[in-house]
Amino acid sequence: MTLADLSVDLVWAAATALTVGLVAFAFDLARLAGRSPARATAVPAAVTSAESTEATTGSSPTPYGPDSTERAGSEGAPVSRKAAGIGISTTWLGTILLLAAIVTRGVAAGRAPWANMYEFALVGTFFALAVFLGVSLRRDVRYLGAFVTGLSVLFLVLAQNSFYVVATGVQPALQSYWLVIHVGVAVAATGIFTVAFATSAVQLLRDSRDGGSAFLGRRAWRWLDSTPRPAVLEALSFRINAVAFVLWTFTLIGGAIWAEDAWGRYWGWDPKEVWSFVVWIVYAAYLHARTTRGWSGRRAAYFVLVGYACVLFNFTGVNILFDGLHSYSGLPGQE
Amino acid sequence: MSTREPDPRPDRGAYRPEGIDDSFSAPVATAEPPAEKPASGPADGQPSLPALGLRGTLRWTWRQLTSMRVALMLLMLLAVAAVPGSVLPQRPQDPAAVLRYLQDNPTAGEWLDRLGFFDVYSSVWFSAIYILLFVSLVGCILPRTGAHLRAVRNRPPRTPRRFDRFPAQATVVTTASPDEVTDAVARHLRGRFAWLPTFRVDTGTQETRSSGGPRVERTVAAERGYLRETGNLLFHLSLLGLLVAVATGQLLHYRGQAIITEGRGFANAVVDYDTFENGSLFSPSSLVPFSMTLDGFEAEFATDALAFAQSRDFTAFVTVRDPDGTEHVETIKVNHPLQAGNAKIYLQGNGYAPGITVHDASGEVAFSGRVPFLPEDTMYTSDGVVKVPDVAPGLEQIGLVGTLLPTAEVTEAGARSVFPEALDPLLVLDVYRGDLGLDEGLPQNVYTLDTDDLTASVDEEGERVKVLVAPGETVELPDGLGTITLDEELPRFVALDLRHDPALGWILVFALGALAGLTISLFTPRRRVWVRTWSEDGAAGDARPGTTSTGGTARRTVVQIAGLARGDDAGLQGEVDAVRHAVPGAEQSDGPAGTSHDSAGPHPQDRATGRGAGKADR
Repeated sequence: MTLADLSVDLVWAAATALTVGLVAFAFDLARLAGRSPARATAVPAAVTSAESTEATTGSSPTPYGPDSTERAGSEGAPVSRKAAGIGISTTWLGTILLLAAIVTRGVAAGRAPWANMYEFALVGTFFALAVFLGVSLRRDVRYLGAFVTGLSVLFLVLAQNSFYVVATGVQPALQSYWLVIHVGVAVAATGIFTVAFATSAVQLLRDSRDGGSAFLGRRAWRWLDSTPRPAVLEALSFRINAVAFVLWTFTLIGGAIWAEDAWGRYWGWDPKEVWSFVVWIVYAAYLHARTTRGWSGRRAAYFVLVGYACVLFNFTGVNILFDGLHSYSGLPGQE
Repeated sequence: MSTREPDPRPDRGAYRPEGIDDSFSAPVATAEPPAEKPASGPADGQPSLPALGLRGTLRWTWRQLTSMRVALMLLMLLAVAAVPGSVLPQRPQDPAAVLRYLQDNPTAGEWLDRLGFFDVYSSVWFSAIYILLFVSLVGCILPRTGAHLRAVRNRPPRTPRRFDRFPAQATVVTTASPDEVTDAVARHLRGRFAWLPTFRVDTGTQETRSSGGPRVERTVAAERGYLRETGNLLFHLSLLGLLVAVATGQLLHYRGQAIITEGRGFANAVVDYDTFENGSLFSPSSLVPFSMTLDGFEAEFATDALAFAQSRDFTAFVTVRDPDGTEHVETIKVNHPLQAGNAKIYLQGNGYAPGITVHDASGEVAFSGRVPFLPEDTMYTSDGVVKVPDVAPGLEQIGLVGTLLPTAEVTEAGARSVFPEALDPLLVLDVYRGDLGLDEGLPQNVYTLDTDDLTASVDEEGERVKVLVAPGETVELPDGLGTITLDEELPRFVALDLRHDPALGWILVFALGALAGLTISLFTPRRRVWVRTWSEDGAAGDARPGTTSTGGTARRTVVQIAGLARGDDAGLQGEVDAVRHAVPGAEQSDGPAGTSHDSAGPHPQDRATGRGAGKADR
């Protein structure tokens, strides 16, 4: 078995561990949802998948006031969070396996392991997991676990099945220490944006449920009551986004410096540059929206969703759809 | 672009504790009149819109433009407007693709062209958006800079009377005197560096009326985070500087492209470039008259099965002759441009330029020279054109269109290249005759041949005749047009890009300034801390403030701490707790205390004197 093959197996192992984590986190959310005796009829596994909400259509939607959480929380006995603990442990395991996969991949290719779309997906997923675990060391963000591990598994499987290219050297244009800096920071920013996106998504769901949304008022969404208040989620999302935004700014600057050396211009509106610019503008708009009267809270969170959609498109769509200087996916049909 | 920060929680029925009725919370009254669409929303206030007059209208427009909401809208517009440039081909990047698009979509293409969609980033609408955005930024940033310059000298707001509504609080009882507490807390808040204090601290004395009568209290008012606004302004001003620097560079820059074959050279003069493009303030005399020779070129390609034929390294070896006559040998690689005559020379492309000689039917040399063939794929299958107008009088002009295969593999299906290096080169040509149209004086692309008015050479079955030439061979052209000879050597060419932009340094400075400003403004907490401390009698249980000393009970000092932050600040309570820990002689329940044995001493004033307790936990 070569190192490159070992790397591939390690990615599968990581994806497996993360899937276990996903199930554990989902189970935890289900338990939290069913902790109140009056609501004990909830089907635990139904919580994480959207389609299973149909199973509980019969129950009448309950509007939730902002204070219902605290009251609901004080009613029942403390819920065992063993499942969440298992989730955190397996997420650590999966993250370490993924790190090992990335390192072996880099050794096999003889360079920094983030030079094509496949490797970018691996490293970006790693950063998302690392940020989630890092934050979870300091505060309880286990409610995000299902989302972060779910997205991670999705990215890893997608990378293995659709983006995979063999580990090898890179063309002269990529032979620069800027590959390590520019792409490394870009991939870190992408991973961090992922965690912020999950936070903002939970914020919006929770906010809608609190606001009396009929759909989100259903039983299957009761786990939302165990998440922090929308304002707390908003603050967390902002802090994560702020870090990622600074890194993204650096990505643009580092990219411009590299482009000046490699292509003879610091900015040339290449499709990747256009979309990196769009991402930057959308997140800049988000930061401004937060401090604009009438745009903070929910509306600002929508910017995070739009921004993350642009991040994903910049990472996948631009590589595949457009022909540009940044077409380094290494997939067939690309230079 | 402005971050006019309104009340952090405008929609949550915000209370406004004493002490935050300024920039921390004040809804900076932009006094926004009703939106342009009168139907939308309740027109709260200012019903006198029609009577604004010219000046009023101008002021209103300016206020709108510099308002946060419009800036936000412009930002979103800018993001949307940037997208078409990635979807549609763009003239500055790929003019050929634009032409193809126009041919394929004549109707839509014409309209898109008219609306500037093939040069989005120079179009009127894109420029309008970002110029408006920057006007909005200036209109917002300049007043804020003035306000900040004044605010930087401000003292922290005086200590509010009541602390009970602040988001972060702490109360602690100590044996140290109020003066000692004040000194220690002030020292703690100022931090380690006298030249850059963490907090700006004011101490004072207030006489208050508590429930039991007048009482003298020592107060501390402290504020940190002036750098937050400084960073914010630095970021926005840097963006402004960036725009000016980029524009200046556009006016002064030049860029020339030249294709040079091995052993040949060029001089840095406008006429020597194949293409030359410059800003409107560029003067040709500013070109430093150096010259350069391409001594050789080396390319390396992977030969392993995994990445077969992928390029691994390109190096151009050149000799540069400076204007003063000194020569020096240099190399140019991808990612490593050569600095020469205050310009940078980039290696942008490479390929083969076979030496071709054509003899016409009369046996005269009609053409002799190197012809660059442009590589079209990773195997360097290269396309090129040989135009032979200078045939003997009375003969038809010759045009050759074909492909150079560096490592040719000829099968029944055709010829193709299987490796990018010139291991077994072969030239495959179609032959045309007729009037090449070169005599009309119109400039032509040297890499394409317009074959519409030419006659192709065909065999008996009507198939095109393919002329195959290997290095060193001389081959007859069909229809008795003459012969073609390919040189034994197959020289390479390099495409060099020479560029000078005097604003590069400034662009980098402003970009880094923006990054620094952004980081400072996002991660500097803006906090205020107040401390109020007084001494009172008795044990905790029966303490009645204001009563004079009853024999036997020790005097104790009560310290109240309150913290306030701008916006969400997870570290605020930690800041207040750190202040609590800095109180000397306090009865701490957790964490390191300022001093040991708290409540034991009968004469606390005596023993606590001069203790540097404020530093204990930092």
